[in-house]
Parts: sequence; structure tokens; C-alpha cells
Amino acid sequence: MAAIAATYAQASVLRRQRLVGIFFVLVGLAILLALGRGTQAGQLSTLGLNTVRSAQLLKLPDIVLPTQVVAFVLGSVVVLIGLWQFIRGFRSTGLWIGVVSGCFVSAFLVWAARGTSFSLIGILTASLQLATPILFGALSGILCERAGVVNIAIEGMMLMSAFTSVIVANATGSIWLGLLAALLSGLLLAAWHAVLSIQFKVNQIVSGTVINIFATGLTNFLNQRVLQVYQDLNREQTFPVISHFFPKLGQLPIVGPLLFDQGPFVWTALILLIVVNVALFQTRWGLRARAVGEHPRAADTLGINVYRVRYVNVMLGGLLAALGGAYFTLGSVGRFDKLMTGGRGFIALAAMIFGNWTPVGAFASSLIFGFADALQVKLQILINQVSIPSEFLLMLPYIVTMVVLAGVVGQATPPAEDGIPYEKQ
Amino acid sequence: MSEEKTPKTQSPPPEKQTPAWRQALGSLVVPILAIFTALVVSAVLILASDVKVLTAYSHFFQNPGGALAATGKAVADAYGALFLGAIGNPAEMARAIGTFFATGDTKPLIAAFWPLSESLVTSTPYIFAGLAVALGFKCNLFNIGAEGQLYIGALASVWIGYNVTGLPAIIHMPLAFLGGALAAALWGALPGYLRARTGAHEVINTMMMNYIAFRLADWLVNGPMKRGGAAGYIPITPSVLPSAEIPTFFPSPLRFHAGFFIALGIAVLVYLFLWKTTLGFEIRTVGANLRAARYGGINVGRNMVLALALSGALAGMAGANEVLAVNHNVAGAFSPGYGWDSIALALLGKSHPLGVVLASLLFGTLRNGATKMQSLADIPIDIIVIVQAMVIMFIAAPPIIRWLYRLKAEGGLETFLGQGWGK
Repeated sequence: MAAIAATYAQASVLRRQRLVGIFFVLVGLAILLALGRGTQAGQLSTLGLNTVRSAQLLKLPDIVLPTQVVAFVLGSVVVLIGLWQFIRGFRSTGLWIGVVSGCFVSAFLVWAARGTSFSLIGILTASLQLATPILFGALSGILCERAGVVNIAIEGMMLMSAFTSVIVANATGSIWLGLLAALLSGLLLAAWHAVLSIQFKVNQIVSGTVINIFATGLTNFLNQRVLQVYQDLNREQTFPVISHFFPKLGQLPIVGPLLFDQGPFVWTALILLIVVNVALFQTRWGLRARAVGEHPRAADTLGINVYRVRYVNVMLGGLLAALGGAYFTLGSVGRFDKLMTGGRGFIALAAMIFGNWTPVGAFASSLIFGFADALQVKLQILINQVSIPSEFLLMLPYIVTMVVLAGVVGQATPPAEDGIPYEKQ
Repeated sequence: MSEEKTPKTQSPPPEKQTPAWRQALGSLVVPILAIFTALVVSAVLILASDVKVLTAYSHFFQNPGGALAATGKAVADAYGALFLGAIGNPAEMARAIGTFFATGDTKPLIAAFWPLSESLVTSTPYIFAGLAVALGFKCNLFNIGAEGQLYIGALASVWIGYNVTGLPAIIHMPLAFLGGALAAALWGALPGYLRARTGAHEVINTMMMNYIAFRLADWLVNGPMKRGGAAGYIPITPSVLPSAEIPTFFPSPLRFHAGFFIALGIAVLVYLFLWKTTLGFEIRTVGANLRAARYGGINVGRNMVLALALSGALAGMAGANEVLAVNHNVAGAFSPGYGWDSIALALLGKSHPLGVVLASLLFGTLRNGATKMQSLADIPIDIIVIVQAMVIMFIAAPPIIRWLYRLKAEGGLETFLGQGWGK
């Protein structure tokens, strides 16, 4: 039996290797044919590396590339990678998927900027900003699900905390109190989710749905009944960017705009990414949390309080989601708009799955989704160059998630006991 | 791993010697109390966000009567407007009937019964969408994608409705309606196929496909399906031809239409399918106990695909109904969230077609009444969404209701139990 199973497994690995190889070749051909042949021979693409600000320590020259040559080179490289994958197979498929998508995106950007110029640094900065709430949400999901509690309520938690942050920041006049209120509301909703799903053993998806619906309803209700009437409560309140305090840092080339023209939320997200990663995989606490998610009965036998671990993780997840929500208001727009999170909580869930329930993977996928978001905005400027409707780019993260989940480009493996209420015996 | 857990938690309720009518009555207790509690919670919210009430309470110790009066007035105003908007004014109705028989004047009659007609119009898509989620639940599949499927159904049927010409109404209308259902069935079948084939969880996939459907609708309504001519700058499709419209019964402002009876008919069909056919039995078996179904030789994967396809078809009918009977076109975001609300309906109706119909009538009436509440008492319509969240919570966690009202526990399993993302 075991031998047969092993043969089957081998065959399926081989088949997947071939499939991925074919997929790579197709991507390469798409670059060669669609992007390469669609341009005239002499066209140049200019990618800007400078921001519009006048004072800059060092002005970098723009990258000027021959459009067609770039497309042909990148396309050929991807085809070669695909052939190698088909014949021999790479050990780390994930890495090469990254390389291939990187090639495709670069070729696409250069193609979109043919005959004109395009601010590369602008889109990178925007990507990082747009990735921030997704990263917060994904980290929130990881903390909950590693301990075995499915959390689809990230969207609701974000929306609620975005709302409370604005209203409290304006009512008290302190942006810090606004942040505190956001954290509290996230914590409260998380506690609610925890009580329903851990205490009452309600189906965790139903419980998350309750919170999402409730947050949508309550924020819309209060937005219309309070914020529309007392518009003073919805004035713009944002944290200043880092370069506001250290102007010199903001003038550095590339890293200046990329890292120092950002508010504290971006930095907090990056720091928390490291903290969560270390805490989950390098500490005793993390080992216990993961044990609870993988095999709660065994963890219980070893004296770990399964319920307490789950409660703690869900509440921490609530705090992280709340930071993601506060980003929308205090870190970005400054005011609350109806349904302003716009499904980012679900994208965060997708990023978590795409990143295979690891913080680093989730970060990478957040960046991809953030980039797709930023690209969509920028492409509307280049509307004459690109004939792809922006709606299709907006679909991309969702489609990618489905493809990943279906195991076409690598199996996503959730924690074994994710979503199953624990019954103490 | 999860499969080994499900049989234990999903064992059939123990046989008890209670008469059927008492069981039926007993199963109504929790839903009714859930709705009542949700309305009380909403009343508290209405009060807490009412400035007059809050000021009255700030003088509570000087004038406790005033505070209580303000409370009473706010609640009475709100729920009074809700009732007026949902059902209408009984005295006015009686007077209108009197006038009609005395003079034959239909105008007061139409005005008096307009709220009731609107409530039924709002209930109709709810019945379709609620049945969609309920059918998924019967196979232990959670279809969160009803809203997206509704859009797909609406788009397909509006396309058939305005693009196919020269057909008599007897063919055109059913064709457009079923076309919408079919498109949404295919849309719904994909997550089912992915679940059956790869184990990818349908909750994530149906949710993702919601957003894909919204973007697709955005694109179609702004691009290929946009109405030409003078309205060319508004994102709206052309109107369906009269031959594709679902007929209404009464003169113009009364929108009550045949779709309501189609919905009731479909509910009966869903009941017959689930409880009187082999396929329905297989679907319910897969939902009740996956492993037992597999050992019993049931093709689990095929039933999952079928259940989600049918679920999608029902949600698509909700969209087709709205297009063919009410709106006659598809504009940007035309659904006020029928698909999202349907989760609450299926849970409230305990996934039984009759329960879903009753729950839909209730929520359709509530939503329609809330429109009036918004205009008369200035209370945002979203209060209904909060009521829904509360209802879902209380239905999904009966212990809360039992604890609140000191009820004894009833035997058996009241909610379905899903599983994790895994296989």
C-alpha cells in the first residue's frame, strides 16, 4: 500500500512540475508575443526614480530602456526558466514563481510606459502603503488561525476601528486617543468572536460573519446618524510622516520616499511582522500556540490551556486588525467614509492563505496585492497606453487566491485543527 | 482530520415521543425570541444615538418622567414608522376599501395598500436568495457567494432581456429568467468543483468570486453592456423588452408582481427536491455525515458540485427576478445586499424552505418598513443590518437566548457545524 501511495505521490509531483513548467512557458510567450511584438522597434520607456519634491540630496538619472529589447530579453528568460522547470524541475518552485512573476510585471511596466515616462518610485511607495493594512490583517489572521480559530471577521474589525478612531480622535482632539479607541474596538470585537467561537462553539465562519455584518451595519448607521450630522467629528486627522521630523531622511534617493515619506503605520507593520515571526517560530509561546492549532488534544495533555491560548491569540489578532483599520483613517485618508475598507480584510485573508500561514509569506503576498492595487491606480493615468480595463486588474488578487487555494501553484496547508471548536473531555 | 470529528457532533437528535405540533411550536421559540431580542438591542441603539433622548437623560434626576417620555416617544416613533412603512395604516386601509365599494375610486386603495405591496416586492428576492444559502447548508456547504451570483444572474437575464428580440412573452420571459439562473449556476458550480476536486474551501472561493462578480458587473455596466444614446454617460444597461418583463397585477405604483408566486413555487420545488428525490437525499446525506455518505457509495464530490450549482441558480433567480420584475435594467450597484442578508434568512429559517419563506417575508417587511423609518423618524436603514447580525448570532448560539430567557435546553443539534479550511 505504502509503495503504491508513494508512486502516486511521485506521479502527482511530476505532473505538477510539468504543469508549472508549461505555465511558465506560456507566461514567457505572452511577454514575447503580446508585449514584445506590440511595440515599435525604436520606442523607449522611461522609469522615473525621483519624486516631485524639489529638495533632494542626490538626483538620480531616470532609467531609459528600449521597450522591445526588454520584452524580448525578459520573455526569453521566462521561457528558458519554464523549459528547465518542465524538464528537470526546480527544488524551490515558490521562488521561481516569484522570479517569473517579477519578470512579467517588469516587462508589463516597461511596456505600459512605452514612449513615455512612468514614476517607478511612486508606484513602489504606493504599493508599500497599500500593502500595510493588508499586512496587518494577514498577521491578525495568522495569529488566530495558527491557534486554530478561523477569523473571517478581519474586515469587520478593520471597519469598526477605522470608524472609532476618527470619531474619538476628533471628539477628544487627540490622535493618540483615537488610536487607543481603535485598538479597544478591535479588541472588543475579537473578544466577541472568541466568546462565540470558543465558549459557545458557534461555527467560526458564522461567528465571523456576524461580526462583519454587525460592523457594516453599525458603522453605516452611526455614520449617517452621527458623522453626517456632526461633521466636526469627521475632520481630517492623520499621523505625520517620518520625514516631517527628519527632513534630511526624506531627501535620500529611493529610500527617502520609499521608507521615510511614510507614516508610523508602515513602520509599525514592518516591525510587527518581525515580532510575530519571531514570536511564533522562536519562542515557547509560539510553539504552544501552534501546538494548539495543530493538535489541541495533545497540547491539552501536556498541560497547555487550549482555551486560554485561543482567547489570547484571537484578542491579539483583534489588536492587529484594529491597527489595519486605523491605518485607513489616521494613517491615510484622515476621515471616515462609508465602507472605506472595501474588502481589504478579505484580501488580507487571501494574503494569509497565499503566504501559507507564515508572516513572511503573508508579507510577500501583501506586497503583491498592494502592488496590484497601486498599478490599477497608475494605469488609469496611462489609459491610452494600456487597453486593459482596470476592473480586471482589481480582480487579479481574488483570482490569484483561488488559483493558489486550488493547489495549481503550490498547496496551501492550513493548521490541522483550524476552525474546529475544541471540546475538553 | 476534520472528517473524523464531524460524525460525533452531527449525530441525529435522539428520538423523543413529543407530538409533531409541539415540536414545531418548540422550534419557533428560539427564532421568535431572537428577533425580539434583536429589536430590543436596536431600540437601545436608536435611543443611544438620539440627541433628544440623551439630553432628557442628562436631566434624569430633575425630571425622570421627561426622560422616560422621551424614551417612549423615540421608540414609538421609530417602530411606529417601521410598522406604517411595512404594513400600512389599518384604518386607512379600511376607509379605502369603503370608498372603493361606495364610489369605485381606486386611488385611496392603491395608496393604502402600497406599503404591503412593497413589502412583498422586497421579500421576493429574499426568498430566492435565502433558499440558495439554505440549500448549501443542507449539503454542509456555506455559500457566501449569493450576492455575486445574484449579480451574475441579473446580468445574464438583462442581456437576454434586451438583446433577444422577436420572441413572444411566454417564451422570452422564462428564457431570460432561466438564463440568469443558468449563468449563476455555472458561477456557483466552480467553487463546488474546486471543493470537490482540490478541497479548496468554498467559503473563501465563493467570497473571492463575489468580488470578481462585482468587478465584472462594474466593467460590463460601464462598457460592453452600457446603454447608448443620451444616457450614455450613466453606468446602466438598456431596459429589457416588455416581452421579457415579469407581469405585475395592479395599476402602476403597486409593483407587486408574479415573481412572488414564482418564488413560492420554487420554494415548494426545493422542498420536494430535497425531501422527495434520491438526489436530494444524497445531498442531505453528504451534508449530515460526509463519511457515512462516502461509505454508502454516494458520490460526494458530484453532490457538492450539484448543491452549489443549484444554490447559485437560486441566487441567480433573485437577480433575474429583480431585473425582470422591478428594475428592468442593471445599474452599478443595484442590490441593497439581498445576497448578504440571505445568510441570516437561511439560519433563521433553519434551512427549511418553509422557514426560509417565513423569514424572507419578515425581513422583506422589515427592510421595506425601515425605508419609511428612515424618511419619517430619520433612522438610517442600516439598523436592519444590525438586527440581522443579532438574529444570526442568537440563532447560531441558542445558549445565549436560553440563558437570557431562562429556557430549558432542547435536544438535538440546532446549528450546522462546518469545518476548517482543510479537506
